[in-house]
Amino acid sequence: MVEPAVDLTHGQHHDDHADHGPQGWLKYLWSTDHKVIAMQYMFTGMFMALVGGFMAYVFRMQLAFPGIDVPGFGMVSPGEYNALVTNHGTIMIFWVAMPVLLAAFGNYLIPLMVGADDMVFPKVNRLSFQVFFVSTIVILASLVVEGGGFAGAWTAYPPLSADSTYNLTPLGSTLWVIGVGLEFVAFLLGGINFITTLMNSRAPGMRAFDVPIVVWMIVVASILFMLSVGPLLAGAIMLIFDQTIGTGFFNPAMGGDPILWQHLFWFFGHPEVYVVLLPAMGVVIEIITTFARKKVFAYRTVIFTVVATGVLSFFVWAHHQFIAGIDPRMANIFTITTLLISVPIAELCFVYIATLYGGSITLNTPMLWALAFVATFLIGGVTGIFLGAAGADIYFHDTYFVLAHFHYTFFPIAIIGAFAAITYWFPKMFGKMMDDRLGKIHFWGTIIPFNMIFIPLFVLGMGGQHRRIYNYSHFPELALDWFQDMRVLATGSLLVMLAFQSVFFYNWYKTIRHGPKAPKNPWKANSLEWTTESPPPHGNWRPDEMPVVYRGPYEYSTPDREDDYWPQNEPSPRGSA
Amino acid sequence: MRPIATTRAATGIATGKLAVWWVLASEVVIFGGLLASYIMFRLGHPEWADAAAVTNTTIGAVNTFVLLSSSLTAVLAHQAAERGDGRKAAQWLYCTIVGAATFIGIKTYEWWYEISHGYTITSNGFWAFYYSAAGLHAFHVIAGAVIMFIVARDAAKNIELHRVELIGIYWHFVDIVWIFLFPLLYIAK
Repeated sequence: MVEPAVDLTHGQHHDDHADHGPQGWLKYLWSTDHKVIAMQYMFTGMFMALVGGFMAYVFRMQLAFPGIDVPGFGMVSPGEYNALVTNHGTIMIFWVAMPVLLAAFGNYLIPLMVGADDMVFPKVNRLSFQVFFVSTIVILASLVVEGGGFAGAWTAYPPLSADSTYNLTPLGSTLWVIGVGLEFVAFLLGGINFITTLMNSRAPGMRAFDVPIVVWMIVVASILFMLSVGPLLAGAIMLIFDQTIGTGFFNPAMGGDPILWQHLFWFFGHPEVYVVLLPAMGVVIEIITTFARKKVFAYRTVIFTVVATGVLSFFVWAHHQFIAGIDPRMANIFTITTLLISVPIAELCFVYIATLYGGSITLNTPMLWALAFVATFLIGGVTGIFLGAAGADIYFHDTYFVLAHFHYTFFPIAIIGAFAAITYWFPKMFGKMMDDRLGKIHFWGTIIPFNMIFIPLFVLGMGGQHRRIYNYSHFPELALDWFQDMRVLATGSLLVMLAFQSVFFYNWYKTIRHGPKAPKNPWKANSLEWTTESPPPHGNWRPDEMPVVYRGPYEYSTPDREDDYWPQNEPSPRGSA
Repeated sequence: MRPIATTRAATGIATGKLAVWWVLASEVVIFGGLLASYIMFRLGHPEWADAAAVTNTTIGAVNTFVLLSSSLTAVLAHQAAERGDGRKAAQWLYCTIVGAATFIGIKTYEWWYEISHGYTITSNGFWAFYYSAAGLHAFHVIAGAVIMFIVARDAAKNIELHRVELIGIYWHFVDIVWIFLFPLLYIAK
C-alpha cells in the first residue's frame, strides 16, 4: 500500500460525514465504524467485569469471614449480600460475556473475516451500542437507588421479584428488569446486523463453507438469541406490570402462576448458555488451527454440529425446574434431551483434540488460553451430566455443586475465551505485539487460582451446602469447621486471581506504550482480517483492494507449498483449483 | 455514502428485505411467548370466559376490517413504488396511516368504555392479558405508522422507493398479529 493508512482514514471519513460530521470526541461517540463500536462494547464489558469482580470479592469475603468489615465496602448486610450475588450474576452474563464475546468480537471480526468494509447497517449498529450503554447506566443506577439493588437472584423468580413487600427493593427490581430488557433490545439490533452481514456481504468468491468457523458460531448464537429472547421479553413486560401496576400474571391469588416465569426465563436462559458458549468455542478453534498449523478437523461436521446444538438447546430448559414441581414424566423427557445435548458439545471437544493431533504446536499466550478453555470447559460439561439427570439433580439442586458447575462453564466462556480472543487479535486491533512472558504469568496466575476457587466449592456442594446462605455461622449444624476452611481457601484464591489481573492491565499499558509494532499477519494465519493493515483503516481495505476469496480459511501445511499457510485471498497458481 | 457491505447481496435478496424478515422473526417469538402463555392460562381457567364475554365483538370486527383495509392500501403503495411512481406510493401510504389512526381511535374508545365500566388491567388474569397483548400490538401499530410517515415523505420525492415494500411487509405482520388476537380475545367467549 503506497498511501499511509492515516490519510485513507481521514479521506473516507470526509466522504461519509462531509455535511454533518461531529468533531473531536463526538466523532468517536457517534462513529458508525464497526471496529470503533467493537471497542466501545469491549471497554464497557471490561469495565463491567471489574464491577462484577468487585462484587464477587465482597460477598466471598463475607462468606469466608462472616461479619467482617470488608475493605473497600464495609459491613455486608443480608440484603446487600443478596443484591451483590444477584447483580454479580446478571452483570457477568449480560454485561460481560455478551458484550465482550458476542458484541465486541462479533462486530470486530464479522466484517473483516467476510471481507466487507463495515456492517450492512452501520447506523443500526451504533444504535445497538447506544441502547446497550443506556442499559449499562440503568443497571448501575439500580444498585444505588433507595432500597438498594435487586436482590432476588439473577433468575428473578416471582413472587420474590414481583412483589416489593417481599423483596423490599421497589425501585431496584423494576430498574433491573428495565436494564435487562434494554440490553436484550441492543443485542437484537446487533444480531440482525450480524446475520444479514454474513448472509449478504461476503466477499466475492466466499461460499458458505469458506467462512471462518468463529463467524458461523457468532451468527448461530445471534439467531439462537433472537429466537429465544422473545418470550422472556414478553415475560419482562408481565413482570414489570406485576411490579408496578399490580397485575397478577405470576400471582396465584389473582389467577396467575409463578411457574410461568420459570418457563419463560429458562426457555431463554438455556439457549443463552449457548449464545455465549458458541462464540468462545469459535475463538478457540481459530486459535488452535493457527497455532497447530493444521487444517481444522471436519469443518462441515462442526457447522452441522453447531446447528444441531442450537436446535437441541430449545428443548432442555426444564432441567432447571426439576424440583419446581413439574411432572416426573416431563422430567424424564428433559433429562434425555439434556444428556443428548452433551453429545454435540463433546464432539466439538473431540474436534479440537483431533485438530491438535500431529500438529506443530506453538504454546504462546493465546494458545494456552485456548487449551485451558477446552480443559476447564470439559470439567464444566461433565459435572453438568450430574445436574442434567433428574435423579441426581434433586440432591444437588441449589447447592454449591451447581454454582461450581456453571462457573466451570461460564468462566471458560466469559473470561478464558475473552482473554484468548483479546491476546490473539490484539495485534490486529491495536497494532502492537503483546508481551508473551507477561501474558503467560497472567495466564497461570488466573488459571491456577480459578481451579482453587471452584474445586473446593464442588466439594462443599457434594457435602450439601446450600448456595444462598448469607452467613453459615447462623447454622452451626451445617457449618463444619472444614467446610469453613474450604470457603476461606476459595476466597483466598479469588484474591490471588484478582491480584493477577493487574499483570494483564500492566501488559496492555506497556504494549501500547512500548510494544513492538505488529505486522499485517503476525501469526501467519489465513483468514481475511490478516490481509489488511494492523490496525485496519476505516473501510478495512482500500476500495480498489477489497479482497476476493479463493479458498477456505484453514489451508495450513498444504503439501507442495513453500509456506505452511495459504491466505484466503491468494489466487491459486494457474491450472490448479 | 453507503458502505460496500450494504450494497452486496450474496443471497440474491436485498439486504433491507432480509433484515426486515429477521426483525419479524424476532417479533414472532415475542408475541408467540405472550400468546402461548395466554392460551395455557385460558385452558386452565374456564372462568375467564365470563370476562371474555364482556369484550365487544362488533368493535373488534370493525377494527379487524379497518386494519385489513389498511394492508390493502399498503399493497397498492408497493405497486405504485414498483412502477416508480413515488407520489402515488406516498398517497397510498398516507391512506394506510389514516387506517392506523382509525384503528387506534376505535381502540381508544373501546378501552375508555371498558375502563370506565370497571374492567381494568388489574381486574383479573383475562383483563391483564387483554390489555397487555392488545396494548403491545397497538404500540406496534403506532410505531409502524410513524415509520410509514417517514418512508412516505421520502417516497413523495422519489427517494428510497424500495422502503415502501419493506414497511409494507412489516405492516402485514402487524395485521397478522391482530388476526390472532381478535379470535383469542374477542370471539372465544
